[in-house]
Amino acid sequence: MNARNNILNKLRTSLAGTSPRPDEFDEELVTRPWQYDPQNRIERLRSLMEAVHTEIHPLASEQWPAKVQELLESRNLGNVLYAPGTEHGRMLAEHWQNAGAKQELIAYDRPVEEWKEELFWEVDASVTGTLGGIAATGSLVLWPDRHEPRLMSLLPPVHIALLKASDIEDNLYAMMKAQSWSAGLPTNLLLISGPSKTADIEQVLAYGAHGPKELIVLILEDQ
Amino acid sequence: MSQRIPITELTDSFRGRAKEALEDGQLRTNFRVAMDSLMRKRADAFPDEEEREGLRELGNRIKAGALSRLPDLLEQLETRLTENGVKVHWAETTEEANQIVHGIIKSKQGSQVVKGKSMVSEEMEMNDFLAERHIECLESDMGEYIVQLDGEKPSHIIMPAIHKNRRQVSKLFHDKLGVEETDDVNELIRIGRRTLRTEFMEADVGVSGVNFAIAETGTLLLVENEGNGRMSTTAPPVHVAVTGIEKVVENLRDVVPLVSLLTRSALGQPITTYVNMISGPRKPDELDGPEEVHLVLLDNGRSDAFADAQMRQTLNCIRCGACMNHCPVYTRVGGHTYGEVYPGPIGKIITPHMVGLHQVPEHPSASSLCGACGEVCPVKIPIPELLQRLRQENVKSPAEHPKVDGGAKYSRKERAVWRIWVALNTRPGLYKLFLWAATRFGKLTPKNVGPWTENHTAPVPARRSLHDLARDHLSSQQKQGGQS
Repeated sequence: MNARNNILNKLRTSLAGTSPRPDEFDEELVTRPWQYDPQNRIERLRSLMEAVHTEIHPLASEQWPAKVQELLESRNLGNVLYAPGTEHGRMLAEHWQNAGAKQELIAYDRPVEEWKEELFWEVDASVTGTLGGIAATGSLVLWPDRHEPRLMSLLPPVHIALLKASDIEDNLYAMMKAQSWSAGLPTNLLLISGPSKTADIEQVLAYGAHGPKELIVLILEDQ
Repeated sequence: MSQRIPITELTDSFRGRAKEALEDGQLRTNFRVAMDSLMRKRADAFPDEEEREGLRELGNRIKAGALSRLPDLLEQLETRLTENGVKVHWAETTEEANQIVHGIIKSKQGSQVVKGKSMVSEEMEMNDFLAERHIECLESDMGEYIVQLDGEKPSHIIMPAIHKNRRQVSKLFHDKLGVEETDDVNELIRIGRRTLRTEFMEADVGVSGVNFAIAETGTLLLVENEGNGRMSTTAPPVHVAVTGIEKVVENLRDVVPLVSLLTRSALGQPITTYVNMISGPRKPDELDGPEEVHLVLLDNGRSDAFADAQMRQTLNCIRCGACMNHCPVYTRVGGHTYGEVYPGPIGKIITPHMVGLHQVPEHPSASSLCGACGEVCPVKIPIPELLQRLRQENVKSPAEHPKVDGGAKYSRKERAVWRIWVALNTRPGLYKLFLWAATRFGKLTPKNVGPWTENHTAPVPARRSLHDLARDHLSSQQKQGGQS
């Protein structure tokens, strides 16, 4: 505790006789340049995400499980990781059964320690939901929880994310307000704006550094 | 891990290393190409000047505001994080910080550590500290991995391996990992991905830095493109974050402009691929994430900088690297020339409070004061002004109580020369006498006047002074005027 007290005391001594600066946050500055009407909102998100190699498919809501199947088939992938405890997880499982899809559905239903090796090396793709999207920066918001764990959007080489068109906000500030983030955050909140990438060698862009090589976003139009 | 070659000790002075770097054509090309591209990308990311300047002003105010209540915010951060289940540690020195990290690893009987990019851990020389205690600490950022594999230090805070080209990386991978040489960058990255994935899986502890620590919610925010930061903070059973005490901001909303400024200034990206906000360890019913999260708050001279109202501004820094990308000196001599953890303009103003100005007396002078660094700084640190301040501290005599450990360049001889100069220029009689002597005995000027004569001929005073010539000119004009 000594270090703590020494540091704090030293800082307090340096501040003696001064008063804290007033709050000068300017909401306008972080919102006004980043406002869009509904159609442009989707277009903005789409163009930014596509610019960093994200694949985007707008769909009618009920079509997405079939689209997932098609995407896996076209890539010759053998399995897909899903979250059985979520509503979209249940929809996917139902479709898989009805359509007789041949790819293996892998449920993320036990602690990572029990199957780390398999998770790290053998999963081909994953499907997760999102909490929304941000048009200004072309980002998805993920709020992993016990049903949809953190590693689902990180380990598989292909990550398929579901985004409701109506959940796209103009900018990060609007998103924080709309979902009252400051009232309480999950263990790990994520903004994801493309597949994993690096430019560490000669600034040449290479995708699939440590996370997914491909990010596919299915934008679900409302009924 | 292989022993790190202390690159910075190959030549033991800034000037010596600068000379070597300037003669290395490959190095200069690598930096020139990279810095040109980074400057272009930043310019493209801020197309609207008004928006950019407004945002920089806001960034400055947020950081200055946070610093004006720093001790309270640190306590608030500690309280929130503790409520969230994160263990907070404090360290005054890098030695203390290393011991804390080592203690955590030891308590878990850990032997393998995987690390996301963290400049504070470079400050601590954590890899070496742990290696001496038989703990392998592997860098997982591709650039950091490359420099670690080659026993080097990063040459740029955002692009650690920017001094290397693909052929050099290919040869390094071939020599160290036994893979085929290739000119294909994608293939090189695939090799890195494969090698490091095993490490992520097996690591006992993951170490990361922090870009912003949010006091309001008790959240650690990290930005990155590769996913190695997420891996290091999610896959191992224990996550240890290390950061400087200046990284705390008050409110969650504050990160909206700050993240935008950071990623646009650093890489010209509207946002990084991942913005990773960590507010606690794995909850009892969650299926992944570390069971323990620790935060080590490091001082290492920051509270000394804080004590000096002018130097306090250095703590605004959000480590974007834009100042080095735009620095004509950095671009030419490269990051290793500085011989310290933080190179370039920002390095020159923060290294003094970490190691003492007397250790790096050449740094403040390694600048043309062109002002580019101050102009691009996203949080408006007046870098040129602070460099001038350090130059003054550098030449203060002991009696003048130099601050930030200055005085290393104080020379009685130089001081005496300036005294004479002042005397000559403030006393007209003396000045006239000097002028008379200089114009008559100019030939006696020494042929060797220090560094100047390395590349130039020595200056010789003219036979007649400007005053003298002007007098002649004016009187001849008057004559002409009288005749017409």
